[in-house]
Amino acid sequence: MLTCKQASELISEHQERPLTRRERWGLTLHLAICISCRRFKRQLGLLRQALRQLAHSDRENLPGPELPPQARQRIRRSLNEHDPHSSE
Amino acid sequence: MASEQPAPAEQWLDDHGTVLYRYALLRLRDSDQAEEAVQETLLAALQAWSRYSGNASVRTWLIGILKHKILDQFRREAREQGLPDPQETVPDDTDSPFNSREHWAPRLASWGDPEAALQDSQFWRILQECLDRLPPRLARLFVLREVHEDETKEICQELAISPTNLWTMLYRARMRLRQCLDTNWVG
Repeated sequence: MLTCKQASELISEHQERPLTRRERWGLTLHLAICISCRRFKRQLGLLRQALRQLAHSDRENLPGPELPPQARQRIRRSLNEHDPHSSE
Repeated sequence: MASEQPAPAEQWLDDHGTVLYRYALLRLRDSDQAEEAVQETLLAALQAWSRYSGNASVRTWLIGILKHKILDQFRREAREQGLPDPQETVPDDTDSPFNSREHWAPRLASWGDPEAALQDSQFWRILQECLDRLPPRLARLFVLREVHEDETKEICQELAISPTNLWTMLYRARMRLRQCLDTNWVG
């Protein structure tokens, strides 16, 4: 029988690679009797889903960090220096 | 098709500056580096303007350039500083969630309905805080995998590590994040 530590490692690795038959079988058995590992599995699922959602949260219509004004100024200056067509 | 028009770089800054900044900040997790990446991206775009085909929207084109800049930064860091120090990523023994028989101790609490969590602004705020508390290089690796959705194979090639090594580090990152959320959000 797998320990919870081993089961949790397999649950994490399953997000990276397919498990072998043997691993799948061992994990299924363990999950059947272990509520903590079932919860762990759901929690890692939520983490992954949240991070994926975060990846698309950079849209400007959502509240979030703004490019600071000083940085904007600095970037504007450096663009002008590098752009031969620019009319400053 | 090459454009004859001068590059409207200032317009890009006005229209897409914040989007580019957020994109960079989420991945680099450092405001100075994020500002730097936005600047480098716009300068690179200025140089590459004559090759912009117009097939993609300007924003998509700029984000494509930014993504490369960020990956360059990750690579540079991996080269200069090496991978996350194994010591740095191993939680203290006292923090281990397992007992001597490798069972959860105490038993894990339920987090309730995942869909409800994703609607909870507290959850998002604490998730960000917990990401910030990860050891920096471990956070990079985790973000590379989860936010960039880079495939394991690419990351291993990129950073010259074995898959087993990568799995172990991702496991540690997930364990730390889970613990942090459990304490600060659920607990």
